[in-house]
Amino acid sequence: MDDIQPTTDPVRPKAPLRSWFDVRGRSMSTLAFALNRLTAVGLTIYLFLHLSVLSLLVRGPESWDSFVALAKHPLFLLLDVVLLFGVVYHMANGIRVALVGMGVGHARHKTLFYVLVGIALVLFVVGAVLIFTG
Amino acid sequence: MVERDIDFKVFRYKQGGAAPAYQTFRVRCDENTTVLVALQDIRRDQDGTLIMRHSCHHASCGTCGMRINGREELGCVVKVFDLNTSTVVVEPMRNMPVISDLVVDMGPFYDRFNSAGMPLMRESEFLDEADVAEGLEAYMRCENCIECNLCVSACPIMGTDPTYLGPAALAAAWRVVEEPRGLDAKPLLDWVDSQNGCWRCHVAYECNEACPSGVFPGDKIMSLRRELTKRKFRRLFGR
Ligand code: HEM
Ligand code: SF4
Ligand code: SF4
Ligand code: FES
Repeated sequence: MDDIQPTTDPVRPKAPLRSWFDVRGRSMSTLAFALNRLTAVGLTIYLFLHLSVLSLLVRGPESWDSFVALAKHPLFLLLDVVLLFGVVYHMANGIRVALVGMGVGHARHKTLFYVLVGIALVLFVVGAVLIFTG
Repeated sequence: MVERDIDFKVFRYKQGGAAPAYQTFRVRCDENTTVLVALQDIRRDQDGTLIMRHSCHHASCGTCGMRINGREELGCVVKVFDLNTSTVVVEPMRNMPVISDLVVDMGPFYDRFNSAGMPLMRESEFLDEADVAEGLEAYMRCENCIECNLCVSACPIMGTDPTYLGPAALAAAWRVVEEPRGLDAKPLLDWVDSQNGCWRCHVAYECNEACPSGVFPGDKIMSLRRELTKRKFRRLFGR
């Protein structure tokens, strides 16, 4: 009940996080939005991690080589797969949101979702296989 | 006639009273009992202090909006048996201050609505000039809006920022832009062209799902954006 406002003050709703991510009983589009926001936050965190890892290069070849050795560990590759999902989903849904948000194809936003995210899932599977075998 | 006992878990809150809590009432229902009628039965037979809004009992006045098992619904047209649950959870709409039990303060909703040019909202379905043009099955009109606030309750973005104009008001604005009838649409477009106007929406389309009256406010927001995008491009190329 913490998303209800038991007050007469038109104050800020008490649980914005809940209103974004509580997808119980909601439609596919809210799921798409919540997942987009989740992957967006994940990607942003990754971007900073990525930059800090790249900065290892400044400290010479040894520290970089030891990182690369770690990066080849299967558990690390699994993280790559999670990242890949975030990238392809956010990109595909992002294209849909950008199009629909400009009024392009909004009558068919669900079809757009299934087609674009479908393509993204194919890319994801191919990519995931390549990560472990390539 | 089949009758069954159904538990209604109802959100209770009184201004200045104790913290909000749920209270469960058992009500004998048959296949015609709607959630609103069950609530009225509770009020009549079990607890006269239970407060809810209603008027028409047939999905036209838009006053009985509430959340039933977590979904935005008009209580007057939801049959209890259709829900297929032995406990029915009834809560007030979200994103609005609760005044008492199931009643929310609709003030902010109407305020936003009025500035969208309210006078145009419901005219015309029966006017001659509203004859459906050739090639069209029917006009999709925002006159359909019954101002129930369900879309505002369903919208995940209202939860981010209460100053967001919200789906119903934006849909009303689009109605005026789409068919200005002599009004100047420019100030209205300027009004919605802001951070708290149509650009705040994140395309979750939950408003479309919640609307009991075929307004499709999400689509109307995208139409506003298309119009604004067109105008911006035109300005960019000096036309
Ligand atoms: C690959 C191409 C990408 C596309 C097409 C794309 C598209 C979009 C779109 C359209 C939105 C708005 C979503 C909405 O209104 O709800 C968005 C949000 C966002 N994106 Fe991306 N994006 C891409 C890549 C990235 C990357 C690489 C990052 C991070 C490093 C990122 C971080 C974010 C963040 C933080 C948000 C805000 C999330 C929110 O408001 O829910 N995006 N993106
Ligand atoms: S489409 Fe926009 S206005 Fe409608 S529910 Fe989603 S975020 Fe809210
Ligand atoms: S747009 Fe639909 S859901 Fe929103 S207030 Fe109007 S009738 Fe209700
Ligand atoms: S009582 Fe009028 S819409 Fe439900």
